[in-house]
Amino acid sequence: MSMSHLTENSAGASSRLLSAAKWRWYEIAFWIVAASLFFVFPTRLALLTEIVTLGLLALSIDLILGFAGIVTLGQGAFFGLGAYAAGIAAKYGMGVAPLSDPIVGLLIAGAVAGAVGFVTSFLVLRGSDLTRLMVTLGVGLIFAEVVNQARSITGGADGLQGVMLSPVLGIFDFDLYAQTAYVYSLGTLFVLFVIARVVMNSSFGLSLKAIKGNPLRSRAIGIPVNPRLIATYTLAAAYAGIAGGLLAQTTQAASPDMIAFHRSADTLLILVFGGAGHLYGGIIGAVAFRLMQDAFSSGSPDVWLAAVLNALPSFLNFWPIPNVLTVIFGLMGPKYWSLWLGLVLVLLVLFVRGGILGLVQSIYVRIFPSRNKVKP
Amino acid sequence: MLTILFDGIAYGMLLFILGIGLCITLGLMNFINLAHGAFAMAGGYLAVVMMNSYGISIYWCLPAAFVFSALLGALLERTLYVHLYDKSHLDQVLFSIGLVFIAMAIVDYAMGANQQIVNLPPSLEGRIDFLGASIGVYRLFVIAICGLLTVGLQFVLAKTRFGSRLRAAVDDGRAARGLGINVTTIFALTFAVGSGLAGLGGALSTGIISLDPTFPLKYMIYFLIVISVGGTTTITGPFFASILLGVADVAGKYYVPAVGGFIIYTIMVAVLILRPQGLFTRSTSR
Repeated sequence: MSMSHLTENSAGASSRLLSAAKWRWYEIAFWIVAASLFFVFPTRLALLTEIVTLGLLALSIDLILGFAGIVTLGQGAFFGLGAYAAGIAAKYGMGVAPLSDPIVGLLIAGAVAGAVGFVTSFLVLRGSDLTRLMVTLGVGLIFAEVVNQARSITGGADGLQGVMLSPVLGIFDFDLYAQTAYVYSLGTLFVLFVIARVVMNSSFGLSLKAIKGNPLRSRAIGIPVNPRLIATYTLAAAYAGIAGGLLAQTTQAASPDMIAFHRSADTLLILVFGGAGHLYGGIIGAVAFRLMQDAFSSGSPDVWLAAVLNALPSFLNFWPIPNVLTVIFGLMGPKYWSLWLGLVLVLLVLFVRGGILGLVQSIYVRIFPSRNKVKP
Repeated sequence: MLTILFDGIAYGMLLFILGIGLCITLGLMNFINLAHGAFAMAGGYLAVVMMNSYGISIYWCLPAAFVFSALLGALLERTLYVHLYDKSHLDQVLFSIGLVFIAMAIVDYAMGANQQIVNLPPSLEGRIDFLGASIGVYRLFVIAICGLLTVGLQFVLAKTRFGSRLRAAVDDGRAARGLGINVTTIFALTFAVGSGLAGLGGALSTGIISLDPTFPLKYMIYFLIVISVGGTTTITGPFFASILLGVADVAGKYYVPAVGGFIIYTIMVAVLILRPQGLFTRSTSR
């Protein structure tokens, strides 16, 4: 291979990387839509705020799972730590800045979770997938237990009450309709998203992709594998902490539920549902997940069942069809939400690779095969 | 003191029977099956229904639980799990957590969310005094059954042709295949037996630990600790790990209740930190 060929190739590579870092029209549209939801659903802003925090947590898992390829079941621990850190700071600030300032609270939450993430990252980086899974799970359980036991600080099983915040930027007070909360959390998500986007499109992010692809070979070509993974794990922990801080601030409480195991599992599901490794996957997954959950908890399966049974043509109305329908609709109640969640998970793993975004991508490639040719 | 030790051993043996199937299948196929507890739950609920609703003796319920869970395991292995073997660990984790969620919801729907209590036959109730320790008859029963099963398992693994094939497949699946050992069949059989043992353990556990729809999630962590401490290559490793865990958990809850589950999680993380590679050399080498 001649020298000119090499430079030409590397020029092609850098231009390709630059074009990958460019903002696309659909990305801009995505954020415009997210912002306009403020006006479209003025009564559902509390739900939207929760979706934003979930999306941020899923984004943090995406950083370590989708980009660095580390399987974790313990991200909920950092989320919970952030929630308690922000909550406790605001509680002892008594609603007065600087301790009760929301942004200071988020910084505290991120710093605490990031510090714990940094320390525990040394444990996580050892061993295989299974060891990582169990260490992250174990660390998460230990922190959940700590929160549960340290009753005098965290309020134990009753949760942390009396979280008081001063207005955002000293101007916007948190209101009952979650208007401030939504704008504030969406703004936080956007800022953190942009940072993550820049980081993941930098040479740092590219080296992470290389590590995910083949850690051994990455080390051989001179990528410092462990420091990169530690940095990513710490960053992701800080993101999760900020997400937790957001939730604690916008709901003005922190509870053991925020640090429980199911949060880690749910969010992993959210990310995989949306599509890992895309940055947007977590946010889209959070929207889909939460809307689905909301539909289940507010739905009235009894009414639907009656309607379906009424509409059932008589030639279908024999045993066991009505009975089966009764069972199916009975399972649609909010109590059995986990059934559908599990079903989605199983089907997702068996049939849909890459979640919603993976699906969209494969459809796109099928429609416009010419635009996605891999350049040599 | 002796009583606690005894209770701990009974609990540990139960954990061993519940988790041994997971240890072997993990070592054999490098497959992370977090849904193992669901099979135990299936056996447990079957036993509860048989005993409480139909008044069938516990001595019939135990084998029935074994057969039921084994068949369930074989069915799911052939239809669902078989597609997951060459997928990533993440996919396996998600898939099996999905199964756990489904199992929890189904049990909740069919049996309700409350804890199930069984009426033990009078011959298994009460306590006897032995060397100053008060020993529950039921726990003695559990220890006897689990002990017999352990000896039986060890015999099958060490002395029979199936056992040597299984060990060969665990040590090096590819080489074993090359020698004409049908690893797939061995795996299916082992999976079924492991699930059956879990079911039997679930049925036994109804008298000692609580059985409710969250069972698979709650005890998943215990199984993982047993594996992480004991390793997956032998059955003696998990056996001693289970006993240790059982005694530590019972003693911890008795002497320092405030610390609760803290001790065992810390032990697990500590072991994983001290011997991360030593415990899972198998899964990294593949």
